[in-house]
Amino acid sequence: MAERVLTDEMLAAIRALFPRYPTRQAVTLPALHIVLEGLRYVPPQAVVELAELLGLAPAQIQDTLSFYGIFPQDRPHGPTRVWVCRSISCALRGAEDLLRELCAQAGIEPGETTPDGQLTIEIAECLGACEHAPCLLANDALHACVSREQGAALLDRLRRSGAADNQTVSEPLPR
Amino acid sequence: MAEFEPVLLANIARDGSHTRAVYEAAGGYTALKRVLREMQPKHVVELVKRSGLRGRGGAGFPTGLKWTFLPAELRGPVYFCLNADESEPGTFNNRILMESDPHQVLEGLILSCYATRATTAYFYLRYEYPLAWKRMQAAIDECYAAGYLGSNILGSGYALDVYLHRGAGAYICGEETGLIESLEGKRAWPRIKPPFPAVEGAFRHPTVVNNVETVACVTHIAARGAEWFRSIGVPPDPNDPRDPGSFGPKLYCLSGHVESPGCYEAPLGLTVRELIERGGGVWQGRRAKAAIPGGISMGLLRAEEFDCRLDFADPARYGCLGLGTAAVVVLDETASLVDFLHNSCRFFAHESCGQCTPCREGTAWSLRILERIRAGRGRLKDLDLLLELGDSLGIIPGTTICGLADGAAWSIKNAIRKFRGEFEDHVRRTNPGGYRETNPVPALEILTAH
Repeated sequence: MAERVLTDEMLAAIRALFPRYPTRQAVTLPALHIVLEGLRYVPPQAVVELAELLGLAPAQIQDTLSFYGIFPQDRPHGPTRVWVCRSISCALRGAEDLLRELCAQAGIEPGETTPDGQLTIEIAECLGACEHAPCLLANDALHACVSREQGAALLDRLRRSGAADNQTVSEPLPR
Repeated sequence: MAEFEPVLLANIARDGSHTRAVYEAAGGYTALKRVLREMQPKHVVELVKRSGLRGRGGAGFPTGLKWTFLPAELRGPVYFCLNADESEPGTFNNRILMESDPHQVLEGLILSCYATRATTAYFYLRYEYPLAWKRMQAAIDECYAAGYLGSNILGSGYALDVYLHRGAGAYICGEETGLIESLEGKRAWPRIKPPFPAVEGAFRHPTVVNNVETVACVTHIAARGAEWFRSIGVPPDPNDPRDPGSFGPKLYCLSGHVESPGCYEAPLGLTVRELIERGGGVWQGRRAKAAIPGGISMGLLRAEEFDCRLDFADPARYGCLGLGTAAVVVLDETASLVDFLHNSCRFFAHESCGQCTPCREGTAWSLRILERIRAGRGRLKDLDLLLELGDSLGIIPGTTICGLADGAAWSIKNAIRKFRGEFEDHVRRTNPGGYRETNPVPALEILTAH
């Protein structure tokens, strides 16, 4: 039997959500978030264990998981995961150049992780911060009005500090 | 008309605007306390109906009317889903409300749940808003501590639980039945309506789905009355018996090629030109070429059309789909409409949920055609092909279950019909040899192998 990947803490956190929903299946997405947070990916073995926990077929979990784009299954994303917005407001202010610059500097394509496993760059559709275009989300931190040069410096800093650099640098501006 | 006084953004400039203490010091939760003391749920529904409030999420459906679709006799729970899956490109007003004034959102949510007799609310918040998540969770915790949530709220006997539910980066979850499917733990494939969610929604029970800004408006309607709300905005068109009017304040998002992008509060009916002026005008002293009136799904306005009023009726008079989220994105004179349309088609091809073939294939093929045009292999007849595709895609021509495809179609139709010359010039310039003729299509191997 394959080695179990869900920790007792994860199982407890998932079970604690059961009373919130009238069905176990509704816990699927919150449970996937808990696994992603803990493992930085959701391997097939985790899908099997979640299915057992929620009383579903593994295919049901897999069906839901694969509909969304944020749950890697092959290997963990880096401790720093950067989402670069490419939708219209950011695109009008240089998002494509920014994305190219970041990927070139990291030596990876969008959706990939650096060979050292530290950094993942992802493409995002509208991050909902269009007043700060072009913007990116580095873990939980929104970075506003990022020029190519600032993006390169930011990437450098993130790779050195890892996931610790988690401050939101931009508060929404009152107008 | 009295001078307009902002209400939705009134609190956000204050220090600590996201805390209960600051919100209450500015009069927050007094409306909730009074309503729970003095009004029955049906009276709140009546109040909201009278105010003329229409949904702020994009479709503009009258909110009070939506609530009356719930069954009169309840045989089980009513669920309330707060749609905080703000994903329409160009739109960020819900994010600002949740990050900077989460209690305004919660007061409106509790009032709306009380009106609809919901005892559980799922707050469906998009994945990309981590700060909003933290602020909303902290605000919910404060509300439980203060007795504004939980069993027997403020001694009224009314009980309500609010649970944050995190999305996972899919635009389609902003469609109300897609949201419900996602909440239930399935892939977010929108449902055929009817049955409408008010009759059979989440977990097969009556369900209301409303947008964040919509419930924020409910707070102010409860505090200031329906007549106050109706004194703001645009009254119904007397020549259109189906126009219920566009009342109340609105949060306009302005971004793209402007000097000061941002969220601006004004009465419904502000013109695109006035909004751009509030944002300091087009950037770098340039002129505008075009603007999206309400999120990328709504199509495009030419610069000559900027007198278009941003209310629920006027954008359609300019050939746009509607007001949408009132998120205006400005393109200056140097912007390429080919690049714009490529960006739009790429977005919809990425976000189509894949359920309906016309949308799944139509958005994917429109992207391929645009990629080919950008790569210098476009043909003039591609423009007609794109129009044919745009005209046959969506709820309006009756080929899809939800409106995502209509949004995809509208940018195509508006961009090519309003800016055809630019597309033709691009094709002629980049593909001078091939634009007249059909590019030879290689025969499929399977047909030539024998």
